[in-house]
Amino acid sequence: MARAGKRHAAGWAVANVVVVAYALFPVWWIAALSFKDPTTLTDGNFVPVKWTWDNYRGIFETAEFTRALVNSIGIALIATVIAVALGTMAAYAVARLRFPGKRLLIGLSLLIAMFPPISLVSPLFDIERALGLFDTWPGLILPYMTFSLPLAIYTLSAFFREIPWDLEKAAKVDGATPAQAFRLVIAPLAAPGVFTTAILVFIFCWNDFLFAISLTSTQSARTVPAAIAFFTGSSQFQQPAGSIAAAAMVITVPIIVFVLLFQRRIVAGLTSGAVKG
Amino acid sequence: MPGAAAAARLSAGARQERRLGWLLCAPAVLVMAAVTAYPIGYAVYLSLQRYDLRFPDRAEFVGLGNYAAVLSSPFWWEAFGVTLFITVVSVTVELVLGMALAMVMHRTVLGRGTVRTAVLVPYGIVTVVAAFSWQYAWTPGTGYLAALLPAGEAPLTEQWPALGLIILAEVWKTTPFMALLLLAGLALVPEETLRAAMVDGAGGWQRFVRVTLPLMKPAVLVALLFRTLDAFRVFDSVFVLTAGAHGTGSVSILGYDNLFTALNLGIGSAVSVLIFLCVALIAFAFVRLFGAAAPGSGEGGR
Repeated sequence: MARAGKRHAAGWAVANVVVVAYALFPVWWIAALSFKDPTTLTDGNFVPVKWTWDNYRGIFETAEFTRALVNSIGIALIATVIAVALGTMAAYAVARLRFPGKRLLIGLSLLIAMFPPISLVSPLFDIERALGLFDTWPGLILPYMTFSLPLAIYTLSAFFREIPWDLEKAAKVDGATPAQAFRLVIAPLAAPGVFTTAILVFIFCWNDFLFAISLTSTQSARTVPAAIAFFTGSSQFQQPAGSIAAAAMVITVPIIVFVLLFQRRIVAGLTSGAVKG
Repeated sequence: MPGAAAAARLSAGARQERRLGWLLCAPAVLVMAAVTAYPIGYAVYLSLQRYDLRFPDRAEFVGLGNYAAVLSSPFWWEAFGVTLFITVVSVTVELVLGMALAMVMHRTVLGRGTVRTAVLVPYGIVTVVAAFSWQYAWTPGTGYLAALLPAGEAPLTEQWPALGLIILAEVWKTTPFMALLLLAGLALVPEETLRAAMVDGAGGWQRFVRVTLPLMKPAVLVALLFRTLDAFRVFDSVFVLTAGAHGTGSVSILGYDNLFTALNLGIGSAVSVLIFLCVALIAFAFVRLFGAAAPGSGEGGR
């Protein structure tokens, strides 16, 4: 029995290793590419023979990349803040208040969660050109916050349903003002949910490619994923692969760090919205 | 009458609650309507026009002409077939792999955190980055995976191998999401029920098929619905891996090309509207045929 148990454990350990390797090896490969020196870039080795930081130095010297990085961070942050703020208001109403039209709101956000973005690209392209929003930050922030609102509303309302709201009443009975009850009791309970939602929304905005290539035409609002697709290499004679790999690593590492730090919350957030509704 | 006064007070409270509810939801609803409902209406309008961006003066109403043009063109049907193929194969593979992954995460004790973290990495990675990684891996002369193939093979330049690689990239990126949704469903299966089935002599596979799966059905359906709709709009991976060449373009690629390569806003909008209808049809089929509960609808009245 004990031996069977041990074999069982070994089996799961092997499964674990397979899973981890499966998840990480494309990441390792792009990292390896980014550290390869131009002469060995095409050798097809899984581990670089000659390590170099040149690819990173190269991309940070071009405005093409640095500007895109600023755009990516700024646009994703602003869209996240707005989507989470609007989402918090709506989710509070969905979780706590009785009002007609709630089902309609849920239905509408579900519809948008399923919406094919390509269907919006052609009309938005035309509308944004007419309004002068084409190739600007707001031109990307608007679709990003809209498409992440359903995610924010679902995740937040699932979190808000778990909060013991009676504590608010208890605090008031104990003599707290409504503002104090909110600040000292409710806000600390709600903060983890809001923070988790913000991470999910940020990852969503950070990931977008279709809007980023369709609604921009110059460096002024192009984000990193779109800029990478147009990379030609930091000099005319250099292969773009090294630059692309380095740029890819720059936008990947922060997300991986985030995921490592907050994995428990991200899992809770991802599943609460979809399963508990 | 005290009773009537109480009722009036209550309804005043309810009215206030109702107003607050509407007020809190209004900004979100306005944004969603302005950025999706209005443009999709505008897309329908554009799709009824002949509208070539190179000749904006020659725009005119052509009725359903654009739809006739799209639906009678082999490009649309090829893209439609490709998209359907990618969707069906990748969602099936993801369901099987995701279930296996969920089992590993559910049952394993040692290293549970490591596995969960590792699994989140593909979710967090930008799709374009992952697609570039696969592209370089399979490009002859650069990639370690291409090096494993016989010389002269370039899988990304042939239709079926390229489709296989697009599916591989999609499966790698999205299986973790599927697995996490299924894991949440697995957690809802009571341990006692499984033990009872075991006492009754059910084997591992029987327990899985007869007990676990039926109890997980809602979670499975939601995961399938989300992933099917997501797979149907596949764009990023195809764009980076093949740019839609060699008969690998999805419907989203077709829409994009009509707009930005052919600069034909009329035809592009017709494609957009058709994709929208396909997605609506898939969602409807899931909800009606399989009884997938739309997330939130169960508790919508709360």
